[in-house]
Amino acid sequence: MDLIKEHPILDFQHGKKVKFFFDGAAMEGFEGEPIAAALHANGVVIYRETPQMKRPRGFFCAIGKCSSCFMVVDGVPNVRTCVTALAEGMKVETQRGKGLVPALS
Amino acid sequence: MRSTEVMVIGGGPAGLSAAVEAASLGCQVMVVDSDLKLGGQLIKQTHKFFGSKEEHAGTRGFEIADILFRELDENKERIQVLSNTTAVGYYKEDGVVSCVTGEDEYFRVKPQRVIMATGAQEKMIPFPNNDLPGVYGAGAVQTLMNVYGVMPGKRVLMVGAGNIGLIVSYQMKQAGVDIAGIVEFMPHVGGYWVHAAKDRRLGIPIYLRHTILEALGDRFVTGAVIQEVGAKGGLVGEPKKIDCDVICMAVGLTPTCELLWQAGCEMTFVPELCGYVAKRDNQMRTSIPTIWVAGDAAGIEEASSAMVEGRVAGLNAARSTGHLTDTEFDARSSLYWKRLSDLRAGPVGEKIRYGISQACCGSWEV
Ligand SMILES: Cc1cc2nc3c(=O)[nH]c(=O)nc-3n(C[C@H](O)[C@H](O)[C@H](O)COP(=O)(O)OP(=O)(O)OC[C@H]3O[C@@H](n4cnc5c(N)ncnc54)[C@H](O)[C@@H]3O)c2cc1C
Ligand code: FES
Repeated sequence: MDLIKEHPILDFQHGKKVKFFFDGAAMEGFEGEPIAAALHANGVVIYRETPQMKRPRGFFCAIGKCSSCFMVVDGVPNVRTCVTALAEGMKVETQRGKGLVPALS
Repeated sequence: MRSTEVMVIGGGPAGLSAAVEAASLGCQVMVVDSDLKLGGQLIKQTHKFFGSKEEHAGTRGFEIADILFRELDENKERIQVLSNTTAVGYYKEDGVVSCVTGEDEYFRVKPQRVIMATGAQEKMIPFPNNDLPGVYGAGAVQTLMNVYGVMPGKRVLMVGAGNIGLIVSYQMKQAGVDIAGIVEFMPHVGGYWVHAAKDRRLGIPIYLRHTILEALGDRFVTGAVIQEVGAKGGLVGEPKKIDCDVICMAVGLTPTCELLWQAGCEMTFVPELCGYVAKRDNQMRTSIPTIWVAGDAAGIEEASSAMVEGRVAGLNAARSTGHLTDTEFDARSSLYWKRLSDLRAGPVGEKIRYGISQACCGSWEV
């Protein structure tokens, strides 16, 4: 993970290390931290593809306001990964288009 | 349907101060915040704050947040805090607020009083490829780096030399990120010279009178093109290519005011407060008598004043629900307004004073 190793002011307290999956690939992150931060630490910066122009999108605001970081998490589309906590075994997938609500698909 | 005496929307410095004030005076308070962690922008600040002693000048931002968290804890029997919970709707017909925890747990709250302390959101400027992954808001970069210890990138181009652009560049350098430079459209830096001086000392180039023309990259940012802007505003000289994997946008903030619009509060556009803001009386009360505003949501300013405005809003909510006498109210209120006018004194406060004069109607009673 691409984490800050030494910091003159901050001392980072991470939670439990957990395993999760990004598009099927196993990765490690910290429980309770945003999914988007965990992906970024694993070098993943593309989170979805826009419905019409098929443009790649990543992180932008990190406060749940801009919709840029929507992904499919455990089958649920349009999850704001910047404010959703990572948990053991989560299946995180790149979202293509608008996503289908599981109950309706 | 849940109920509470005072509902505080937003758990940044303004909202937490409001909650602590109201609860310490006897109100039952509910605080909701969208984020996983409380503290808003404050927990991302690693530098020592300016301002006044009462607002902890000289203390680092995240340590000021710790002080507020302790106060929250001291009043915990009267404050319910719901993090990762977003207020998504205000129904003006009956004053019900709808909220969602996580992505799917919806519930409704009927508060007697509401304090809107939703903070700010980042502005964007148009340029080709500004939607590529790697073009990040300065707030996002700070979240990654200062809250979660994740490297935002290897080499970053900062756009904007206001205080945020200057401070975040410095913070990135502290975390071991290389800064390709800071691009600023104006002929001078917008932030305080101390911050600019720190950046210069670290050898960060500041390109004044420059703008970003485009982000380069196919699937994510691999560089940027910048060019000098002439005195008449047109482009001069040759475009320069900058290698970078992140373009950090620090081109200003605008108040987060969707819920205020939904509630039907009278709104007004004030450039000095950086966008649309609710009109308020001289106690931060909006045109809807049960709603107050505080902090960046009431106009972009600083954490120090956001905390005092939060106190004012909390104090008023407590008075209006019958928790203190007029004499007690007057004593505290005049103290808070004195602090606010001290914080806004002098030439640096001129813009904000003018902005507030445009948004404040004095009193709603005629
Ligand atoms: C780089 C940088 C440096 C700074 N330096 C200084 C300094 O030296 N001195 C100083 O005084 N100030 C400084 N500031 C400014 C200061 O951080 C902000 O002015 C302050 O945080 C504003 O407080 P707030 O509570 O109004 O908003 P915020 O801190 O933005 O908090 C708002 C909160 O509301 C939540 N929220 C928003 N909408 C909803 C909703 N619908 N439902 C639930 N929750 C919601 C958000 O998640 C957030 O936690 C700096 C800011 C930055 C970015
Ligand atoms: S990055 Fe903006 S909503 Fe997640």
